[in-house]
Amino acid sequence: MPTRWAFGLFISIVSQLALAEPDGAVLFTRHCAACHGLNGMGGVGVPLALPGLQATVDDDYLRLSIRHGRPGRVMPAFTQLTDQEVAALVKQVRSFNKSSSGFPAVKPPHGNAIHGAKLFASHCAACHGAHGEGSHGTGVTFSRPRDLPILAPALNNPGFLAAASDSMIKTTLLHGREGTPMLSFVKQGLSESDVDDVVAYVRSFAQPSQTTLPADTAHEPPILLRTSKYSVAETTERVKDVMTRYNLRIIRSVPFNQGMVETKDENPEQRIIDGCDFGFLNKALAVDPRVGLFLPCRVTIAQREDKVIIMTINPKRLSYIFNNAELNELCEEMSKLYNDLLDEAVQ
Amino acid sequence: MRISRLVVLLIISIIALPLCAEELMMVRSPKPFVESMAALQESLDLHGYKVMRIQRVDVGLKSRGFSTAEYRVVFFGDAAEIQTLSQSHPELMPFLPLKITLFAEGDSSLAVTNSPHMLKTLYPDPDLQAHFTRWEKDVRAVMDDLMLAH
Ligand code: HEC
Ligand code: HEC
Repeated sequence: MPTRWAFGLFISIVSQLALAEPDGAVLFTRHCAACHGLNGMGGVGVPLALPGLQATVDDDYLRLSIRHGRPGRVMPAFTQLTDQEVAALVKQVRSFNKSSSGFPAVKPPHGNAIHGAKLFASHCAACHGAHGEGSHGTGVTFSRPRDLPILAPALNNPGFLAAASDSMIKTTLLHGREGTPMLSFVKQGLSESDVDDVVAYVRSFAQPSQTTLPADTAHEPPILLRTSKYSVAETTERVKDVMTRYNLRIIRSVPFNQGMVETKDENPEQRIIDGCDFGFLNKALAVDPRVGLFLPCRVTIAQREDKVIIMTINPKRLSYIFNNAELNELCEEMSKLYNDLLDEAVQ
Repeated sequence: MRISRLVVLLIISIIALPLCAEELMMVRSPKPFVESMAALQESLDLHGYKVMRIQRVDVGLKSRGFSTAEYRVVFFGDAAEIQTLSQSHPELMPFLPLKITLFAEGDSSLAVTNSPHMLKTLYPDPDLQAHFTRWEKDVRAVMDDLMLAH
């Protein structure tokens, strides 16, 4: 009998959930606002509320952008949401800007990609990258200094190319995006047929991309570890010495449980050494402001059975969770540095 | 028959949700940095965690001539649990204590952390799974508190 009750309750809850129209504002706060801002004014992501974007794109572009995300360019693919939830999100994005009506429809472009490539190099590459890979970093990034008020999105991105129709790209080039660095290229002196050629070139960017953990990274260990033939005290000195030579400024060298226990109970046999290369960090933060997960550069020294071991996290194994191809490269660099550093410390 | 199949499907889809939980958790707190930091510490405390250290990354960057908004890494955990784990599983130490990055973005703040759930793939040892599950639940709750801070 109680199970029957529970069952009935379960069904009623589930059917309530299924019938209620999903709340776009709540969904946006949960899934989008972290990057695009509570009112769609941008942040780690680009602004969504500007009239220029709203007048250029149709609901399908928004829907497909949510579904595909931007593989390797920070925005995740929201495959777990229902169609109703995505529709509610599209409505929510539209609600940020009620005034703008769409730009007039354009003649579908049939351009010449070879001529388009030349125009792209001279008119677009400075902002969007030589191969349409986008600016270093994304969005508006209020927290960091930057070259442009809004960083140029990647155009060679499979998520962008899946979402954008040729007509949408053409409309963007004809009208620009008012209030952003993206200008109207008709006003910049390109003819309509030039614009069609650039669209054909942008379309030719279609390329495969890595969205999930790459197979070779899956085999990477979560940490880098070496056994040291020296005592904990000697190992600590060696690590500090090597870190300094690798341009990591030592922030502190303390027992692992400092801050967890009273000073008298600190364990001298487990130590951490924190360091930082602020120049490298500054570069990494420009590529992705979320890299705190990797901070500070820490070497941990401990005893396992009767051996002294030294360890760091393995950035190469962890970076995929950020969905940022540019960050992957920096993490690979970090992993190499850690490996070299650990090798030298135990030599 | 048809209804029971529907129910099974629904149950599966509900159970499957946590399985595809994102490995990066990221929320925007509607509050400026100082208030968000206070809200974060309060929530950690409420969930039984001790803040062990706050790394002031922005201060380090500024002292080297780089400009940045407030940017801090908050280390936290249950002191007894972390010390026990450091003895039984020293190779987990590089991920301990847990941490949440908090940084200012205009009038609001962003909090980012890896989901503790991610550790399950990295450390399949059955002895550890219950810890990861509990951390996941708590960290998710802390991030939700921040998102709804007022
Ligand atoms: C001065 C820098 C700059 C130049 C030059 C520039 N763009 Fe842009 N472009 C941007 C920015 C910034 C955005 C994002 C605008 C926004 O957030 O709405 C953008 C947006 C776009 C978009 C829409 C992408 C999206 O994800 O919505 C397309 C397509 C585009 N640009 C193509 C081009 C092409 C093709 C050229 C050359 C003809 C070009 N741009 C030149 C900065 C530039
Ligand atoms: C982790 C950060 C992040 C999250 C979460 C995120 N986005 Fe994005 N989004 C971005 C970035 C970054 C870009 C621009 C990519 C680039 O620079 O190449 C973008 C681009 C977009 C675009 C294309 C904008 C344009 O100018 O063409 C749309 C539309 C969009 N996001 C909608 C959403 C919606 C809706 C959600 C929530 C379901 C969401 N995003 C969640 C980071 C994010």
